[in-house]
Amino acid sequence: MNIILITTLVIAVIGVCVGAGLVFTGKKFAVAVDEREVAVREKLPGNNCGACGYAGCDALAAAIAKGEAPVNACPVGGAAAAEAIGDIMGTTAGAMERKVAFVACKGTCDVTKNQGNYIGIKDCRTAVLSGMNITDCNWGCLGFGSCAEVCPEQAISVRNGVAVVNRKRCVSCGLCAKTCPRGLISLIPESRIIRVQCSNRDKGPIVRKVCSAGCIGCGLCVKQCESEAIEFDGTLARINPEKCILCGKCAEKCPAKVIMTTPV
Amino acid sequence: MNEKSLIMIIVGTALVNNVVLNQFLGICSFLGVSKQMKASISLGGAVIFVMTIASAVASLLYDYVLAPLGMDFMKTIIFILVIAALVQIVEMFLKKKSPSVYKALGIYLPLITTNCAVLGVALTNVQDGYNFIQCVTSGVGTAVGYTIAIVLLAGIRSRINEKDLPAPLRGAPIVMIAAALMSIAFMGFGGLVL
Repeated sequence: MNIILITTLVIAVIGVCVGAGLVFTGKKFAVAVDEREVAVREKLPGNNCGACGYAGCDALAAAIAKGEAPVNACPVGGAAAAEAIGDIMGTTAGAMERKVAFVACKGTCDVTKNQGNYIGIKDCRTAVLSGMNITDCNWGCLGFGSCAEVCPEQAISVRNGVAVVNRKRCVSCGLCAKTCPRGLISLIPESRIIRVQCSNRDKGPIVRKVCSAGCIGCGLCVKQCESEAIEFDGTLARINPEKCILCGKCAEKCPAKVIMTTPV
Repeated sequence: MNEKSLIMIIVGTALVNNVVLNQFLGICSFLGVSKQMKASISLGGAVIFVMTIASAVASLLYDYVLAPLGMDFMKTIIFILVIAALVQIVEMFLKKKSPSVYKALGIYLPLITTNCAVLGVALTNVQDGYNFIQCVTSGVGTAVGYTIAIVLLAGIRSRINEKDLPAPLRGAPIVMIAAALMSIAFMGFGGLVL
């Protein structure tokens, strides 16, 4: 009986001491945390993807509370999070349209001639570093899916040799754009659906030799455009999103059908 | 009282009876946090820190409270309680007094609270009948052993990641195989200390 009593007493005493110690140190060593930092952190999505450039959501919340980062710094939370955080910080978020990743290549296995001799690790970055011949087109998608691997939302899949973005799932973190060794992926506003889906800057005949879906630089689209939104960057058509009125006439005339008009 | 010399204790706990590879304690963090070299070094630092303090406090508690009162059978529960509270207090203290250390150890401090290796070393010390100095030495040695193991595995994993493995071995299986081979390799230290 005695030992039970002693044990209970000792553990009770230890428990009280430990509890009191924790409360005491908690009070004594309390670090003043900015209330706004906690509130901002609650509004962030908590993916900890690092797309904002900070170490994680906690780090971004601290930076926003200090005023070092803009309230719309989180690309994943988008306009909703930016507005909520703007309320907390007392600033307006500003217009911010959702952006989605866009792969500027249409070279599926049917339209390109793949005569590559690359047999190494199936990873785009490694493949490019090896300097071997992977696809005949030196600009297009390699199709090993490094972008799909880094995507935190599994929004990218490789279909028929080309990366395809699921626009609904995309959270516009931009990790895929950073990963693609050929720089094919960019983040574009969701409503800008008219894009040139090719990145090949070679001259027309060379493009035609390697891919039947590439931009050959014929210039027909420029003649069709009523708002002068299409410019040529060398032999590659570029659409200026600010001038484009989304009429789609360029896409109708494009002989290679490389201008896309519907969201993929 | 056990009369082992301190050097014997250090070598014994760090290499011969390595806490991870020989006693199979703390496996969860060993496999979980060894993906990146940087994180595993931070965790190793935090373990050295916590294990040293925990084995010191556990030793004092046992020698001056538990043993005199004949409460030997309660040591597991009391050690858990005290170590968990201790880590919390240390964390608060660091956050206030030394933010740079707190940042380096980061989330690993509270993670270690529930690491079985920390409790394991406290209990083993008591079992072996070590005195205070020996307990602290054994704590440091064990933690150094843990750090060696996790950093080695992180190095191996960073190399494995570059290789083109057969599909069934990718991910966890190859890590298990690597850990098993490390464990066998560490058996080579077996004859050093009894």
